[in-house]
Amino acid sequence: MINLKINGLNVSVEKGTTLLEAAKFLGFPIPTLCHMDGLSPYGACRLCVVEIGEDSNAKLVSSCIYPAEEGLKVRTASTRVLKARKMILELLLASCPQSKTIQDVASAHGIRQQRFKQEYEDCILCGLCVRMCEEQMMAKAIGFRGRGENRSIGTPFDIKSDVCRLCGGCMYVCPACQLRCTYNEPEKAICGGCANLAPPCVEKEEFDDMMCYMNPCVACEIKKD
Amino acid sequence: MEQNAAISSKDNICAEGKVESKDILRILESHNKDRGGLISILEEIQSEYGYLPEEALRIVSERTGRSLVDIYGVATFYRFFSLQAKGKHLICACLGTACHVRGAPRIVAELEQQLTIKAGQTTPDKEFTLETVNCLGACALGPVVVIDGHYFSKVRKSKVKQLLEQAGEGFDKFDIGKDERIFPIEVSCPHCNHSFKDKTFAIDGYPCLKINVATDHQQGWIRLSCLYGSYSVSTEFEIPEGMVVNFICPHCNSEIHSTSDCSQCGAPMIPMLVDGGGIVSICTRRGCKNHMLDLV
Repeated sequence: MINLKINGLNVSVEKGTTLLEAAKFLGFPIPTLCHMDGLSPYGACRLCVVEIGEDSNAKLVSSCIYPAEEGLKVRTASTRVLKARKMILELLLASCPQSKTIQDVASAHGIRQQRFKQEYEDCILCGLCVRMCEEQMMAKAIGFRGRGENRSIGTPFDIKSDVCRLCGGCMYVCPACQLRCTYNEPEKAICGGCANLAPPCVEKEEFDDMMCYMNPCVACEIKKD
Repeated sequence: MEQNAAISSKDNICAEGKVESKDILRILESHNKDRGGLISILEEIQSEYGYLPEEALRIVSERTGRSLVDIYGVATFYRFFSLQAKGKHLICACLGTACHVRGAPRIVAELEQQLTIKAGQTTPDKEFTLETVNCLGACALGPVVVIDGHYFSKVRKSKVKQLLEQAGEGFDKFDIGKDERIFPIEVSCPHCNHSFKDKTFAIDGYPCLKINVATDHQQGWIRLSCLYGSYSVSTEFEIPEGMVVNFICPHCNSEIHSTSDCSQCGAPMIPMLVDGGGIVSICTRRGCKNHMLDLV
């Protein structure tokens, strides 16, 4: 067992436990976008930063991939952590301003304005869908492609993958709804979600405005009003 | 028969759109020992076809048990790999800081204008591909342009047209004499010691070496470049890539027997005597460039 201190409280956890899990065990909330129980930790969104060490040795680490160490002193909500987290949220919000998930987290952290130019991307490259596809669905139909600013997620050659079963898991976990529904282009489709709705999305005229795998489809509901 | 048609220093590049699964399997075979050698497999496929054909990646995925997503991820991650077919000649213009301040953007603009394509594209006749790189590590020589592996330093806008014309003809003939690794040798038959030199036909600007070759069905001559380090050949009949042929001396008509096996492809290697002492061994597999020079 490893003993460490989180926000002044002693806790002992098993070897290999991450700081995020330890903090959750004590009931300290740490926001995260790229972590999901059952999927391997990845450390992409950096939203789960916490401060470790003391005084001049203090540094920020992402708690979802940092394993607990003996005698570690962790602060999950120090001024420095909150400031860093706010900045990360603002940047995430600038890249994906339409994401409901990111908007909610940002709002909970008291972000009321946007300083950066909005990019209107539909992906934060958190890799949740890639891990979902590989680790839970055992398919490996989608993955990262390219590098740097050209990095994107999708199927090889942008055509429907042979191993994809249209389970829709990738869309279900997506915090930014990157994998936009493409049911009207069946060769690119990665989910069959819309077809299972009643009435099916595909039969509606406003199909182009639909964003996601949800029941009922939020985009459709908004359109109705 | 048009003899020139068969001469090409680039004959290792297969005809476009013809992905043979046995070619890919041969490449995979040679990498069987080192597990995890995905990049070297892709490198070899790219050197064979000039790019990474979709079909080839699917075969690699199937045979190595790696998922296509991972292979595609690697292929798109590295700039070296290309998923699009490239032209016959690859032009690489440096746009690094040093080249940039020395006027590289103007050189690129001139290249684009001359070829009527944008950087990253291939001309419709599949002759030239224009690419830009961010540094070639030859900053003092800027602006640098690399065409088919040949470096050109301090390129001026006025020189671009001439360079493109030279590139179209091929640089091979300009290089001989400058490159110390390439030199002419005279070889003869190990049985009758008659020279293979054929003064009636020139390859790379030097008299060629003529030897008879035989496959299961056909017989004919093969003319090799006498330059050590040059792979230019001309053949009487089409020899498919990867085929092993028998070499026969045109003077004493005896078959030249192998003394060792190729370290790269396992095909027999045949010895020939080098004038002045020594033995050069060449691989008998079409397309395999393995050779060994033993000077006494």
